[in-house]
Amino acid sequence: MDDVSFDVQPGEIFGLIGPNGAGKTTTMECVGGLRAPDRGTIAVLDLDPRRDSRALQQRVGVQLQQAHLQKRIKVWEAVDLWASLYPKTVDGDALLARLGLWDKRDAWFMTLSGGQKQRLFIALALIHDPDVVLLDELTTGLDPQARRAIWDMVRGIRERGKTVLLTTHLMEEAEKLCDRVAIIERGRVVDAGTPAELVRRHCPESTVVLMTGDEGAEAWLRAIPGVDTVDRHGQEFTVRGHDAGLVTRVIQCLAVHHIQVTDFRTVLPTLEDVFLALTGHSIRD
Amino acid sequence: MARQLRALVKLTWLELKIFVREPLGFIGSVAIPVLLFVGLARAFGPRVMTASRSVPAFGQVLPAFSALFIAMGAVTSLVTIISIYREGGILKRLRATPLGAPVILAAHVVVKLLLTAATLVALTLAGRRVYPIDPAVPLGSFAVAVLFTTWSILSIGFVIASIVPTARFAQPIAALVFYPMIAVSGLFFPVDVLPAPAAALARVLPLTAGASLLNGIWKGEGWLAHGGDVVILAATFVLCTALSSRVFRWE
Repeated sequence: MDDVSFDVQPGEIFGLIGPNGAGKTTTMECVGGLRAPDRGTIAVLDLDPRRDSRALQQRVGVQLQQAHLQKRIKVWEAVDLWASLYPKTVDGDALLARLGLWDKRDAWFMTLSGGQKQRLFIALALIHDPDVVLLDELTTGLDPQARRAIWDMVRGIRERGKTVLLTTHLMEEAEKLCDRVAIIERGRVVDAGTPAELVRRHCPESTVVLMTGDEGAEAWLRAIPGVDTVDRHGQEFTVRGHDAGLVTRVIQCLAVHHIQVTDFRTVLPTLEDVFLALTGHSIRD
Repeated sequence: MARQLRALVKLTWLELKIFVREPLGFIGSVAIPVLLFVGLARAFGPRVMTASRSVPAFGQVLPAFSALFIAMGAVTSLVTIISIYREGGILKRLRATPLGAPVILAAHVVVKLLLTAATLVALTLAGRRVYPIDPAVPLGSFAVAVLFTTWSILSIGFVIASIVPTARFAQPIAALVFYPMIAVSGLFFPVDVLPAPAAALARVLPLTAGASLLNGIWKGEGWLAHGGDVVILAATFVLCTALSSRVFRWE
C-alpha cells in the first residue's frame, strides 16, 4: 500500500473499489484495527484503530472476507454469543427478522446458503448497534438475486444513520450502492468521488445507438457538431461524441430530417469504463 | 473481566454443544477409548493377572496408558480444530470481536479438559467389572496427575497447531510427534532396553515423564518420588507455551 488517503462522511456508503489484490482488504483491515499500517495515520470516529481498539470495537461493526463460523453453530447461538460480548446491543430476534433469517434461527451455519451466511455476518456486524460498519466483499460469489437483497440491506443500514465502508470488485455494485467511491489500483488510490463525478471526469464521451432503414441517415448523423465517429452495421448506427449535448443534437437531427428509427438507445460510460481509462486495463483482467 | 469470564463460559458451552453435534468426533474421542479400554482390560486386566502368574506387564500400566492416550487424543483433536478454525477464518472472525485471543483458546482448552475427564469417568464406570479399581489407589492424586500431564501435552499441541500448514496435516503431524514419544515412554517396554543415548533421550521426553508419573501415582508412590517427572512436564509446558505464543498464527 502506498499513499492511500480518503475520508468517509458520516451517513454515507463509501466504496473501495478495485481488482482482487489491489489492497482493498488490507486497507479495510487497517481501518478495522486488525492490521497495523507501517506508516501513516488512520482515524475512525476520531479514534486510532490500533490504540483505541477496545473503545472502537463498541462502535464499529465488521464483516470480514473469507471469515466463517463454526460449521455446526446455530444461527441464534452465533447472534447470542456476539450479543454477550457487548454492553449495549439491539434485539437479536428483531435483527434476524429484519434480515430475513428468522426461519433459519435454528439452522446450522453449514446448512445456510451463501446469501444467508452473508446476512448472518451482517447481523453479527450490527448486533451492537455500531456507528460505522465495515463490509469486505460482501456479495462475492452470490447470485444476482441474493446480491440485490444484500444491497437493500446495506441501504437499510445507511437509512438508520450509520456510516458504511465497503469494498467490492464489482463495478455495478459500486455504482448502484455507493454514494462515493475510491478506486484502488496496486495499493494506490487512483481517484475518488461520486460515481457520476468520476464518469464525467474520466469518460466524458457519450454514445447513441439507433436503428433506421433511412439511407440518407449516415450523412446527416456525420454532420452533427461534436460527433467523432459513426459506425454502421446494416441498419444499426453507433454515434460517438465527446460532449454532454450529443444526445440532444442527435434527437434534433432525427426530427429535423424526419428520419424514421426503429430503435434508439444511449450507452453511458460506467465505472468500469472509468477504471479502464484510469488504469489502461479492465478490472476483470 | 466479568464480561470476559461470561464470554468464556458461553463460548465453552457453545463449543461443547458444537462438538457433540459432530457424531464422528464424539465417537472417536469418547466411545472408542472406552471400548478399547474394556477390550484391553479383558485381555490384560487383573483377572488375567490372577489366573496366570506370568503377569502381562501391560495390565499394570493400563490406567496410565489410558489416561495418556485419551489426553493425546484430546490434544490431537484440539490441534485439528484450531487449524480448521484458522483455515476457515473462524479464529480471525472471533478475534475481530471484544472476545480477545486468550478467551478463544481457553474455551477450547476447557472443552478438551472436560472431555478428557468425562471420557475417563465413562471408562472407569464401563470397566469397573473387568478392571476393578483397588480402593488403595489415590484417585484424587491421580486426577491431579492426569490434569498436570494433559496441560503439558496441550502446550505441545499448541506448538503443533502453530506450525501445521493446513488442517489436513494436523492429525498426521500430531501423530508423528506423539506416537514415537508414547512408543518409547516406558509403557510398552522398559526404557532401559534402548541403546544408552536413546534411553537418555527417552527419559527426558514429556510423555515418558507423564507415563512414569501416572503409573507411580496409581501404584501409590508419592509425588516426591516423581519430582523429576514433574519438573520435565513443567519445563515442557513453559517452553512450549513460550514458543507457541511467539509463533502462533491466527490466519
